[in-house]
Amino acid sequence: MNNGVEMNTLSLLASSSLVLISLIFSYTQKLNLEKETFIGTIRAVIQLFIVGYILEYIFDLKNPIYTTLLLFFMIFNAAYNAAKRGNKMKNGIIISFVSIASGTFVTLMILIVSGAIKYEPYQIIPVSGMIVNNSMIALGLCFKQMTGSFKNKREEVETKLSLGGDILSSSIEIIRDSIRTGMLPTIDATKTLGIVSLPGMMTGLILAGTSPVNAIKYQIMVTFMLLSTTAIASFIACYLGYRSFFNERKQLI
Amino acid sequence: MSILEFKNAFYTHGDDDIINDLSIKIDKGDFIYIVGPSGGGKSTFLKLCCHLISLTKGKILYKGIDMNQYDPIDLRLDISYCFQTPYLFGDTVEDNFLFPYKVRNKKVDLNKIYELLEQFKFNRDFFKKEVKNLSGGEKQRIALIRNLLFKPEILLLDEVTSALDAENTLIVEDAIKDLNEDGVTILWVTHDIEQSKRHGNKILTLENGKIKSLEVIQSE
Repeated sequence: MNNGVEMNTLSLLASSSLVLISLIFSYTQKLNLEKETFIGTIRAVIQLFIVGYILEYIFDLKNPIYTTLLLFFMIFNAAYNAAKRGNKMKNGIIISFVSIASGTFVTLMILIVSGAIKYEPYQIIPVSGMIVNNSMIALGLCFKQMTGSFKNKREEVETKLSLGGDILSSSIEIIRDSIRTGMLPTIDATKTLGIVSLPGMMTGLILAGTSPVNAIKYQIMVTFMLLSTTAIASFIACYLGYRSFFNERKQLI
Repeated sequence: MSILEFKNAFYTHGDDDIINDLSIKIDKGDFIYIVGPSGGGKSTFLKLCCHLISLTKGKILYKGIDMNQYDPIDLRLDISYCFQTPYLFGDTVEDNFLFPYKVRNKKVDLNKIYELLEQFKFNRDFFKKEVKNLSGGEKQRIALIRNLLFKPEILLLDEVTSALDAENTLIVEDAIKDLNEDGVTILWVTHDIEQSKRHGNKILTLENGKIKSLEVIQSE
């Protein structure tokens, strides 16, 4: 990865003209998106530069404590966002945090123990970013599905409760459906890897000068880790989350 | 001692008092038909009886003890509720009949299942039938059999014959009458006034969440 390409600032500025195309379209077609596009672009540039400088600082520190702190920061933000989808759930943030953290740590541990990556900031942070982001999306889908199902399948749950079922046996179909919903996008993306698109990490490595075969090895690792992390996070979140829909008298709220 | 007692019971949903200062004692072995206009609180009353919902104020005693002191699952195993709109889960009738055994960790008693299927005029093959192919009346009877696989202390029935023809209504009525003679307390919500006079020993009329009347029927 050392013979990678470097982009100079002038080239980057020139590429910003691409934003103009979007602005011109919006203006001529009266889409009224100029302001949004402009603010979005400025925000993206500022956010990315800040993140870039923070990452460079942490990479230089080479201190595992700072890497771990950043990792927790990422997990907390992801948990906060995922919990918004399950706004009816008690302790949504805690459930999301525990689920994402568990998925991330188990997956990272396997990758580190197997020697696929090292606990170095330049490896851990981007890899964790992918893991945490995927878990966040999976949990958002799980929570949305779970909230909808408890509303739409009220009769089924109450029928099972009335027959003497515990809250778990009365909700098991909803829990399974929700886990499935969280995992399906990752499984679908796995099926079409390399056929529909070259995934982000692989594209990045190839752009940076890595041989495609080596990039593929990394991508395969990423695919495995995303499958593992979405499974772990979705499983934990759904099994912790379904209880929020019942009160202490085992009644559907 | 009453098997079930409501003491100054209130159930409020939003601003509405669905059950409004209701007090009643139900004795073991009672066969009470519950009648009254729609929205009068009949289904809510049954849901309170099996602890699917809790009172907002007041008390319900089961065998003299506050319901809140029981484990909710134990209560629902004793007090069985058959819904107005039968919901059959899973793919087959079998899935529905196995559930009550599963929650009790008991071995499936196929003889009992076949006996009940025959009592309700189904043949044994019906056990394997897919629920999506059942008619409304068949669903209602299968849902009722699901409630009867284990003899409850109290059986709550919510318009369980509304989708049945006259012949099947009589079959269900006879089965429930037999259960009552076997000591099971029956609370049966119905809109059919004639039905309420056939077997019950009391008729409870609920209106606006209150008891309008509790009529004791003299046996002939």
